[in-house]
Amino acid sequence: MSTSPLMELTDIHKSFGNVNALRGVSISINRGECHCLLGDNGAGKSTLIKIMSGVHQPTAGQVNINGKPTVMQGPREAIDSGIATVYQDLALIPLMSVSRNFWLGRELTKKIGPIAVMDFDKCNSILMSEMEKIGIQLRDPSQSIGTLSGGERQTVAIARAVFFGAEILILDEPTSALGVYQTANVLKTVEKVREKGVAVVFISHNVSHALAVGDKFTVLSRGETLGTALAGEINYEELQFMMSGNKELSALKNSK
Amino acid sequence: MSINKKNTSPIRAYIKNAMIRPDLGAIVGVILVFLFFFLVAHDTGMFSLEGSMNWGIVSSQFIIIAVGACLLMIAGEFDLSVGSMIGFAGIVIAVTSIVWGWPVWLSILTAFAVAMSIGALIGYITVKTNLPSFIVSLAFLYILRGLTIFIAIASTKKTIIGGVTEVAQNDWLAPIFGGKIFSGLFEWLAEQGWIQTFVAGTKAGQPVVSGIPALMVWALGLIIFGHFVLTKTRFGNWIYASGGDAQAARHIGVPVNKVKILMFVFTAFCATVFATTQVIEFGSASADRGILKEFEAIISVVIGGALLTGGYGSVIGAALGAIIFGVVQQGLFFIGVESSLFRVFLGVLLLLAVILNTHVRKLITGAK
Repeated sequence: MSTSPLMELTDIHKSFGNVNALRGVSISINRGECHCLLGDNGAGKSTLIKIMSGVHQPTAGQVNINGKPTVMQGPREAIDSGIATVYQDLALIPLMSVSRNFWLGRELTKKIGPIAVMDFDKCNSILMSEMEKIGIQLRDPSQSIGTLSGGERQTVAIARAVFFGAEILILDEPTSALGVYQTANVLKTVEKVREKGVAVVFISHNVSHALAVGDKFTVLSRGETLGTALAGEINYEELQFMMSGNKELSALKNSK
Repeated sequence: MSINKKNTSPIRAYIKNAMIRPDLGAIVGVILVFLFFFLVAHDTGMFSLEGSMNWGIVSSQFIIIAVGACLLMIAGEFDLSVGSMIGFAGIVIAVTSIVWGWPVWLSILTAFAVAMSIGALIGYITVKTNLPSFIVSLAFLYILRGLTIFIAIASTKKTIIGGVTEVAQNDWLAPIFGGKIFSGLFEWLAEQGWIQTFVAGTKAGQPVVSGIPALMVWALGLIIFGHFVLTKTRFGNWIYASGGDAQAARHIGVPVNKVKILMFVFTAFCATVFATTQVIEFGSASADRGILKEFEAIISVVIGGALLTGGYGSVIGAALGAIIFGVVQQGLFFIGVESSLFRVFLGVLLLLAVILNTHVRKLITGAK
């Protein structure tokens, strides 16, 4: 690797009381790379992304962002460091319009006299052009998020994160609730985002979705990383086998 | 990927779009209610200037508390303590001004400060304990009502404290709650013979309706303020988000707890406006004032198309709901229908509104 990774986690431990959710996880995230994090339920994927997005703080271990040791105290600090997380079902608010959702928390305002009001014209026109870029045809920026399909919602959430300057985009099971066609659309979006130079962390337990977009694959099992493999070095069966918890394949650790 | 559904003719799409306006039901309701009373009560004086003032004032009372309840419900919470807060704020004004002899303006400001602090406390307890606001505010419904009666009895041995009119006579703040505006205009209209005047008694020659009561101005002002904040400002966006999905809003950085607490404070503010206008109008405060007002506010808001679960609704809708409430209540009186039937009507209307709103919710969220 020529430059230092955007984000590097070294020997991360996290315990909740007596439960050791993570027992020494190391992973590095690079610009323009789609890093897939695979693992069965309970492997520690969600704990890891919560540490990466500042929700949890590690019990032990080091987090480096752009080469500098960093301690993130909350999600806001992670967002300010360019780390955006798109949660599976908590990304958008179905009752609100696409435009209100897209700008939520970062609303554009203009002054009418001394009063700041939302600048809907500007919000809507930027939204429409961003949606067009990412391949969603919106009838109307004021249509509610609820009228979009699950895949479109994920796409809107991803577009929003990237628009607001995410350098590291963490996607939590973005395809798990979607049909085949919608999954393909979301994967295409991931592709586009990566081409822009954004680092994507793709969390999934679906190996074929991961193989379709991933550059690197890290398998997590019982709170430990079983190893990281590059695309082309590993196939479906091997990944599937590792996820199912076979320790013998931890020999792949050395293939980094 | 989103369109091209079969059987979606332009007309159906148009109807569907109209259906997901939160206030559509209330708009239709207001038209129907006015149409009905215009047909059956046009000769009762209900729509004369004086008659209109009658239902206009009652509707304004409902509007004042409905605006607060509306924003709070959209932010995802309830306040069942509104009625008790009305009684409490009134007694605070009366005790401080009559028993303690404070100037009325100071009493009014104190009532606002105390009520809004209690609103903040209800909000704080709700967001910190994560309990349903239904329960927290129900507790305050009892706490405040009990305190109100206790304070009234302990300080005056009565539950009604009068004499506010006299002490409020030259106060600068009291007229903002109990005065009338455009009195000059109404006198002039009376002189021209365009509006009714008293024909006998001490007020002979004066117009029957002598001005627009401050209560109505407050109602209108609160509608404009609430509608503006909700639909035009970024804070309004946060109100929708806090009620729509608090967790998602937090993830994106919206200060959900702050928004919710502020909405409880605003609800308490509206309750105090109501209480103050009543105290100045009647010249007295009564410990039992405001009973059931919290439900009337919530019913107005629901008739106005807001979802009980939060995240969706309209201040205009809530105001129209309040007008339906006021017009029907007073209209039945004008046409001489037994007033107990009003409650039957209200129950049925509430049920219909909730069923309609649930259907609308399915349309918006795309649930099939």
